[in-house]
Parts: sequence; structure tokens; C-alpha cells
Amino acid sequence: MTQKSAPSNPRRRLLIGAGLAGGALVVGAVLFYRPRDRLVRPGNLPTGPGEAAFSGWVKIAADGTVTVLVPRQEMGQGITTALPLLVAEELDCEVSQLRYEQAPIDSVYANATLLADGVPFRPDDEGWLAQVMRATRFRVAELLGVQATGGSTSVRDAWIVMRHAGAAARAQLIAAAAKRWNVAAGECRTERGAVAHASSGRTLAYGALAADAAALDPPGEVTLKEPRDYRLLGKPQARLDIAQKTDGSAKFGIDTRLPGMHYAAIAHCPVFGGALQRVDAGKAKQMPGVRAVVELARTPTSAAAVAVVADTWWRAQNALGALAIRWDEGEHAALDSARQHATYSALLAGGRARTYEDVGDAPAVLGRVTKVLEATYSVPYLAHATMEPMNCTALVTDGRCEVWIGSQAPTLVKWYAAGAAGVAREAVTVHTPFLGGGFGRRAEMDVVVEAAAIAARLPGVPVQLIWSREEDIRHDVYRPLALAKLRCALDGNGAVAAWHHRIVGQSCTQGLTARLLPLAASDLMKDKTTVEGAFDLPYAMPNRRVEHLLSHQPVPVGFWRSVGHSYNAFFVECFLDEVAHAAGRDPLDFRRAMLASAPRQRRVLETAAQKAGWKMPLASGPGIRAGRGIALAESFRSIVAQVAEVEIGPERALRVRRVVCAIDCGRALNPDTVVAQMESGIVFGLSAALHGAITIKAGRVEQGNFPDYPVVQMADCPAIEVHLVESGWEHLGGVGETGTPPIAPAVANAVFHATGQRVRELPIRIA
Amino acid sequence: MGAERAARCNRMPKLLVNGKAHDADVDEATPLLWVLRDTLGLTGSKFGCGVAACGACSVLVDGAPTRTCVTPLAAVLGKAITTIEGAASRAPWPALRAAWIAEQVPQCGYCQSGMLIASLALLEANPRPSDGEIDAAITNICRCGTYPRVRRAIHRASASLAAPGK
Repeated sequence: MTQKSAPSNPRRRLLIGAGLAGGALVVGAVLFYRPRDRLVRPGNLPTGPGEAAFSGWVKIAADGTVTVLVPRQEMGQGITTALPLLVAEELDCEVSQLRYEQAPIDSVYANATLLADGVPFRPDDEGWLAQVMRATRFRVAELLGVQATGGSTSVRDAWIVMRHAGAAARAQLIAAAAKRWNVAAGECRTERGAVAHASSGRTLAYGALAADAAALDPPGEVTLKEPRDYRLLGKPQARLDIAQKTDGSAKFGIDTRLPGMHYAAIAHCPVFGGALQRVDAGKAKQMPGVRAVVELARTPTSAAAVAVVADTWWRAQNALGALAIRWDEGEHAALDSARQHATYSALLAGGRARTYEDVGDAPAVLGRVTKVLEATYSVPYLAHATMEPMNCTALVTDGRCEVWIGSQAPTLVKWYAAGAAGVAREAVTVHTPFLGGGFGRRAEMDVVVEAAAIAARLPGVPVQLIWSREEDIRHDVYRPLALAKLRCALDGNGAVAAWHHRIVGQSCTQGLTARLLPLAASDLMKDKTTVEGAFDLPYAMPNRRVEHLLSHQPVPVGFWRSVGHSYNAFFVECFLDEVAHAAGRDPLDFRRAMLASAPRQRRVLETAAQKAGWKMPLASGPGIRAGRGIALAESFRSIVAQVAEVEIGPERALRVRRVVCAIDCGRALNPDTVVAQMESGIVFGLSAALHGAITIKAGRVEQGNFPDYPVVQMADCPAIEVHLVESGWEHLGGVGETGTPPIAPAVANAVFHATGQRVRELPIRIA
Repeated sequence: MGAERAARCNRMPKLLVNGKAHDADVDEATPLLWVLRDTLGLTGSKFGCGVAACGACSVLVDGAPTRTCVTPLAAVLGKAITTIEGAASRAPWPALRAAWIAEQVPQCGYCQSGMLIASLALLEANPRPSDGEIDAAITNICRCGTYPRVRRAIHRASASLAAPGK
């Protein structure tokens, strides 16, 4: 049985959904989408000598090298290997022939799934309104043509189009060989990088056919492989970017070197929302190597700042210290975290909320019963602290602008560099080296706007702007501070009868919109990220209400690995543990009982528990209190459960000694990469659980570098085991972010198991 | 360059990087990191924190792992500096790099030069490190969380160095 392309396209089904909803013709037109539309070749596709381009996704050279164009950015998640594998599987070539190249900026490479996933509906909501909203956003994203990497969407977005690109190129290669041999295409097949004619025993390598094949029309319809025939997908493959990352030769944005390049160091107004009043640059301008001092006014996208340009970064940074800057601190100079907490607590008690889920009548049930469990939880702001500090290199000459930056959104870089440099969008070229960590931070345009504005003041001089680590920590877009109040009523059998979850905090989506398109930012816009991981629970709860109270704060917030899941999983899974305890039930059994109609989730939870030896005795020693905790979190269409094993030593020192993780992401395209991403997400989330807190005093961030914003290191990194639970290619989910949400609650629940202390605030402090 | 300045340069101890001598006409208070990256164009050593907290800037100075973001040029003149670009000259390197590839250690890759240099120094000083010794020696920061793989790669390299025939 083979799979025809058209019916397998999920977006075709949406047409029917929209039709049933009342003949929505406009919507139907928006939904009309074929993968083939994305197989056109962008005009700016670079091709080397002897290279033939089949589409915007694949080129084959005369020597047989297959180069796959990767339109997503590599920030550690292995995407420059995963996406080429999609093409290679259908093209039928060897992995050893495979190379990747960063795709140029073009609308065929837009990440439509990212925008479609953002609709304020549960991911499992297949109702017509949710589907129409997703499809509309998908089409809008295609029209906007924004290339972006985030939301754990890259594989899902590429899944159809890149396999089609491989299959179409394969069909063209077969047609070219058949023509050359003067035989019917049906008599030919492919054999790992060559076309073969069985009856005559002739073969021709792809390299020898590429030029002819690429000149043929792509087939109207292609037949994709059945998953059982996959030779590459689902099998461990070595990453294509590892060699250069083990000898110092991998180039990140900060490694850009250009003839005559100068370096810029920057100081932003320490208080959020402040402005530059006056700067005396007399002394700095006399210092060796200093070329210019540039004042940067506050924009919606970037804070007020002063930059010094010199021949080395060290000289620029030193000269920055010699500036006498007077800031206008503005209206937020009294802002502090304690006051924010008080404001949020008051909102939780009585503020007007937006409801994201309302099933049954939770408030009524909670009002009826005598025993209501209730708890308040909180998490602080968090910085991203990517290893590579924010930086951007720009060159402005004769109405053109060239930019070098590791960015999660190169299309936006083009737009925002154009604006800041005062040139047309078409006059901007963006180079996209590796990202030294992204985690959502590199979707922002602040450093782009700054670098382009500085470079515009020094025409013809390439300028590399590098933020110090202190600027990076103090001028981030933070994971929001959030408080939550959870209330629960149990029925006579000790099961959840009603669940009410109120969350207060800022909206990341609104924050980003305000920075990029200020006119479009509105309180009317619902933001799914505020409640993700809270309004989309897999547990059976007959009455539940989940609501969010929007607060406006001068602290900029943005997407931080797993976004809302990063705090909601902590709130939900810790409170659920409290409820299980109150019901006198084992936390694992209690969750299992609520997953009767969620078999995939139950299987993941049970796998983690079983591999961790959930009911086995814990190793301990004198003065050591040991404990085990479990948590389940579904995010970005993947399901992850983790069991953490902790011990608390005599000095109240908390050590997480082991983490067992199970994930169902449908099928793991490159299994070792999925394991690596789980390890990565766990360590990232553990840093937040054990250490992370950004606090505000006098309108300023109090932390500035790793000594006061510590992260997990080798010595406190637990042993991590990852188990893949596979449920099928039709359930593909993301992996870049999904390892992060469950770790904080798993550890917090383990602390309770070890000590009886409930952890309701992060980072964890042992009483 | 004036005659007097040239004479002074010739008297001065040289900057020795990966076996090559350089006349770095840079203020001697400049941290070595910026001399390597901005003056010599050796970008393998990375800027991560500027306060010797993360180790991304690590190089070997006379074989000792050194955080160059806080090490002034003056302190290393005349000493043998090995950066990631010159790491292949050290005996454990082939085993270490092969182990790194076998374990598929890097993710974003930014901290990896520093991780490799710190691991190289560890294996040179202690060819069979225990987990505790790895914890003590590898204090570099990695935000991608490659620690479990770094640990495995060090053990793998160590085993391969101890294998007969090596």
C-alpha cells in the first residue's frame, strides 16, 4: 500500500470542516494549500558550479553531493541533520552524500506551523473553529513568509514539504535516466544515490543525471514511502554539525570577522523604560582605538543606550566605562519584586480574569463542598543566559545593509535592520551563522536594531556589537513572573470533582507584539501561552475552570524555552501531588486513575515510573533524606513524564541524583537527538528549579552574571535516563522544549517525599 | 614601526600561540581572550561571561587550563599557549575528539572549545579520572546541558588512551 500525497495532507481535511461549518467560501480559499506550492525555486537560491537545484529544498552536484537547504536555524537542536534526513529518505540517497546549507530568506520557507500552533485552543481541539483558526493563521504565516525557528515546530512544519521535495527530485532523476536509456520510467528504480534499469543492468549515479533531471518539470503528484519502508527516519544518525563543533571551527555570529571591522560595546539604561538624558563622551573619545560614541534612543524594539565603537571590543568596553552618562530613569525607578508580588496576590484574590477553559461548573462545586484544598504558587522572572551573549554585526554602505547574526527569525532581521539602517527591505542581506543558544531569546530584534543603527552612523565600516554578559542578563526579555492560585474539591471516592486554576502574569505574545508591531498589541488578544500546560490537561476532571489575569509591567517578557509550560507544569503537577496526598493516594496511581481515556499519556507516565523503579526502596545513608517525585507534562504535541530522585544532606543541601524521563513524540526522527534534547531540556529546567531568579529592585535587575544567576554545572547534574515511547509518525510532536516543563515539579514533589516540605515557590529552598 | 619601538618589541617576551610567536602590539593589560579573538583572529575561544565563571574562553597556558577573559596579556607572555585551534598537537587529543564525536556531545556548540580544553587538561594530568575528579575539574558552564555526554566522552577517551597499543 502506498500513501498518496493529497489525502494525507491534513490541511485538506480542514476544507471539509470549514464547509460543514456553513459554507465559508473565504475560509475555503484560505485553506487551499498543496505542498507543491512550496516546491518552487526561490530566485535567490545560491547554486555552486556543477550544482543543479531541483527546488528550494534540494540541490545535487555532478559529484553526487546532495545539498539540502535548511530554512531553520541550528541552535543545538540538531535541525541541520533532521531536515536533510526528510529529503534523503524520499530521494533515496546515502547519508554520506548529504550536506546542508542554510536556506536564503524567502516566503517558501515560512514556518507556518509556528503561527498556527499559537491559536488559543487546546492542541487536541479538532473542532471546526479551532481548525479554521489554525488554518487561517497557517495561510497568513505563509503570506507573511516569516522564517522562524521556535515553538518546537521545525520538523512538523517540514514533514510534508521536505519529503515531497525529496520524492519529486527522485521522480525527476528517474525520468532523466529513462529518457537517456530510452526506456519507460516504470522500468527504473533507485538504489541509494543511483537510478537502475533492472532488465539491462544499467545504472547511472544521481550526480550524472542531476543537470538533466533538474531541467525537467517536477511531477504533479508523488507517492511517498510507507513508514515501514523507512531506511533513515527513526534510526540514529550522526549529526552533520558535530565535526566543526569539536575543533573550534564552527562559526557563530560573534565569530564574524570582516576587513576593517570595528567593535561596539553598549550600556543600556539600567531602569526599564528609562531614557538617555545626557552623555559626556569627552574622556572616552580620547582613549586609544575609539572611533565613535553613538547615542541610541529608546524604540518599541530596544531600550535607550549608549554605544562605543573601537578597533577591539575590549577597548570599546573600557571606553564605555569612561563615559559619564546621565539617565532619565523615568516612571519605573521604584519598581521592585516584592511590590510586584503584592500586586499579583491582590489580583489573584479578586481581579477580572479571562477564562480559557470552563467545563462543568467548578466554582459551584467548590462553593458547595466543605473541604476545599487550596494553595498559592509562584515563579520568578528568568533570564535566558544563552552561552553566546547577544551580538550582531552590520555593514551599511550606499543604501544597502548586510547583517550577520545567529537569529531565530532571519526574516524579521531583514525587516528590522532595514528600518534601523534606513534602507529598503530588499536592500538587506542577512547571513545566518550558528546560534550559541537560542531558547527564545534570539527571536528578539533589539540587538539587530541597535547594530544596524550604529553601523548606519559609520557607513562602509562593519561594526560588531557585543553585549557584555551583564547587559545580556539585565536587558533580556524575561520568562514572566507568575503566581497561581489552585483550588480543588474531591468527591466521595477521593477523585477530583472540581479544579479551579487562576494564573496572574504578563503575556509573552503581547510583549513581543508590542516590541515588533506596537499598533497591533492589544488586551483583547487572548494569549494561549499564558495558560498552556494548564487549560489543556489530559486528566479527567468533570468540573474545571482555568483563567488568566493579565498584568502590565515595565519588565519586558518573552519566549523562554517551553514558555507558559515552564510555570504551569510546576503549578499543576505540584498541586496535583498535594491533592493526591490529601486523598491518601500514591501520586502515580492518582494520576493514572485520571488518565483512563488518555492511553498515550498513561503509557508515558507508567514507562517513566516503571523504569525509575517507582515503588522500589530508595538508597539512603546516615543524615541523608531521599525522595522520589513524578510529573507529567504535555507540550508542543509531545508527552513527557519524569521521575526525579533527590537527597537532602545534613546541611540542607539538595542534590538531584537521578532523573528518568519518558517521551512520546510520535516517532523519533533521529532518536539520539531526541535523547539529547530531553537531557538538554531537563538541565535547563533544573537550573531554573534549583537556582534561577531574576529580581527587580529600584527598577533594575539585581543579577548580572553567572555568579549571581547560577546554573546547573557538571557537579550538580544528575544522571539522566531517557526512554522513547513510540506511538507513530501520525503523532509527531516537538522535542526542543518538551523536556523542560516536568522537571521542576518532579524535583519539588521529590523534596516533599523526602522531607514533607511542600515547595510552592521556585527556585527551591529547603526549609 | 619606529626603530625604538621595534627594538623594544624584540627585547620583550613574545606571545606564543600554538607554536607561533606573535608581536602583539596591544596594551598588556588586555585580557588574552580579546588578543586571541580580535587581534590574532583565533575565534575558537569564546566570550561567555568576562568573569572567569563559565570557562568558554579556556586555553592551556604551559599546559594549565586558563580562563583567558580575566588573564592579562602580560601574565602569559613567553609562555606556551594552546588554543582549541592548536589542540591537535597534544597527545590525548585524537582520543578525546573521537570520543566527543562518538558521544555526539555538542548541541549549540558554543561552550565546547572550553569544555574540550578543560577535558584535555584533565586527561593530561590524570589519565583515569573518576566521576568526582571530573566534577572537580570540569567547572565550565553549558546551557544546552551536555554535561552527561561530556562525562561519558571523558571516560571513553580515558579508556581508549589506556587501551593496549595506545
